[in-house]
Amino acid sequence: MDILIQQLFNGLTIGSVYSLVALGLTLVYGILHIPNFAHGALYMLGGYITLSMMTLYGVNYWLAMFVSIIAVGLLGVLLERFVFRLLRDAPPLHDKIAAIGILLFLEAFAQFVWGADFHTMNSPYGQVVQVMGLTFTLQRLLIIVAAIVVMVLLYLFLKKTYTGSTIIAMSQNREGASLVGININKVAMLTFMISGGLAAIASSLASPINLVFPGMGHLVILKAFVIIILGGMGSIPGAIVGGYILGFSESLGATYVSNDYKDIIAFILLVVILTVKPTGLFAKGER
Amino acid sequence: MRIVTKRNGLIALLILAFSFPYIAQNDYYLHMLTLSFIWAIAVYGINLLSGYTGYLSLAHAGFFAIGAYSLGLLTVKAEMNFWLALAGACVITCVIGLLIGLIALRTKEHFFAIYTLCVGYIIYLVIDKWEGLTEGVRGLIGIPAPGSIGPITFDTAASQYYLVLLFLLAVIVIMYRIIHSLTGRTYIAIRNSEDLARTIGISTMKNKLTAFVLSTFFAGLAGALYASFIRFIGPDIGSTAIMFDLLMYLLVGGIGTLSGPLVGTLLLVILSQNLQFLQKYRMLIFGPLLTLIIIFYPRGLAGAAFEWQRKRRDKKLSMVRADMHMKAEEG
Repeated sequence: MDILIQQLFNGLTIGSVYSLVALGLTLVYGILHIPNFAHGALYMLGGYITLSMMTLYGVNYWLAMFVSIIAVGLLGVLLERFVFRLLRDAPPLHDKIAAIGILLFLEAFAQFVWGADFHTMNSPYGQVVQVMGLTFTLQRLLIIVAAIVVMVLLYLFLKKTYTGSTIIAMSQNREGASLVGININKVAMLTFMISGGLAAIASSLASPINLVFPGMGHLVILKAFVIIILGGMGSIPGAIVGGYILGFSESLGATYVSNDYKDIIAFILLVVILTVKPTGLFAKGER
Repeated sequence: MRIVTKRNGLIALLILAFSFPYIAQNDYYLHMLTLSFIWAIAVYGINLLSGYTGYLSLAHAGFFAIGAYSLGLLTVKAEMNFWLALAGACVITCVIGLLIGLIALRTKEHFFAIYTLCVGYIIYLVIDKWEGLTEGVRGLIGIPAPGSIGPITFDTAASQYYLVLLFLLAVIVIMYRIIHSLTGRTYIAIRNSEDLARTIGISTMKNKLTAFVLSTFFAGLAGALYASFIRFIGPDIGSTAIMFDLLMYLLVGGIGTLSGPLVGTLLLVILSQNLQFLQKYRMLIFGPLLTLIIIFYPRGLAGAAFEWQRKRRDKKLSMVRADMHMKAEEG
């Protein structure tokens, strides 16, 4: 029983990280219909920036995370402005390939600047806590709480502010949004900024319990794709729920099925989902 | 009588390709060229599906690996004759391709790309983890070179070069025949608009499936040739890194063109061999290159060349017209 609760807690931690990454991916997909393969590279870059701010400049963890959010967010804006905007009217194949090009570049770039080694990130919250038979580090608790805070803030931003509702409007209907005077280019850049920021938060939170290396985004991005297909491409609640579902199924699968094959669970899940329902679960109408 | 025609150019290229082992006395160049021909065969496979039928498959490194491992296992563990094993490897890849295609092709566009990316990853993970069959990360060692056919043996670098060259030529001829047939037109119709294709009575699923299986066949064939040429394979050949390499060859050469895969593969393989010092960081250049090409030259070098030719012809035509116009006014 203790193992079960412990694993559920771990699932919650991993699920929080997945949800944050998937949120960024789904926002961009909802607005621009781009499956951003480079999102994993943004995640990786976020981890590296936080790490170097902490090790090179001795900056506090939260400040380092803030710098990383801004930096990756701005990178997202640049990508929208100089790559994806030029491809807006191109066939869908082109966005995907451009995103793969960016992914390859960013990974080589990280390897060039920081080397191929694995780095550990020391967070100030490494203490081990024991509550009711549960043993965990404070960092894991922090991940869960921070993810919920970020999600609530994002929800409030999207639902309660004017700028936020322009994003929703554009995801519902691009032409309609532009007809009522919404500047589509601005909204697209803003969305990429938020998406990059979310990736940076996720990796800064997750790095202390994982490792920082150039390929750290690979599996995360693939799983984020599984999540947004699970939750419906472009759906925000779907990304959150899907993230937690995957988190739980992985941590339980690792304990009760096989630790070697835990990474395959997500892909099997995806293959099964798309086999049964080719347009993904909760697809919005026939395209 | 013009000397620089398409036909003469092709004949010259063929003569160059066949005499290359005599021109280049260096085995290293021969090795490099053979390897790039093998990659080119796989790229032709991706081109048939992604370029002509419009479905971006990210699983083809996986099919390449399936072809390579099938040949490796059939020759090393089952000790089969090389040529039987080669045929077997192609059949195995096609059967797996058929099964995956049946399901994968129900999805479209982004879903297909993501689905195949995941399928590719599963193939890689299975090869990596199933140590009992594939030896896992240690890789498969001691794959025999192509066996002899009667008096012809394939021990030397030059003979292997010719063997791969013949396979490549066969693949190009097959591709040419497909593209200039009704089948090829059907694929292009599906690429341009699947709904429209279905409206005019094309069975899209059947055609997509044949395109998919054919493209996995090319990938599997390339993989099998690779295994017998390098004679050692590890799970890495099924990784996404290889997939992205192949995609880059295709994009730079020209997606949806007949010459694109060969041009792109040769150019990039030779380029990256000459930029050895860049080996680890070559993506610093190739990544942005890929993005720039898709923005500015979406049909790659081959597409850009067609465009240039067409513009020149248009210019000539308009000049001729202006000339005639002037003469008419004078008269």
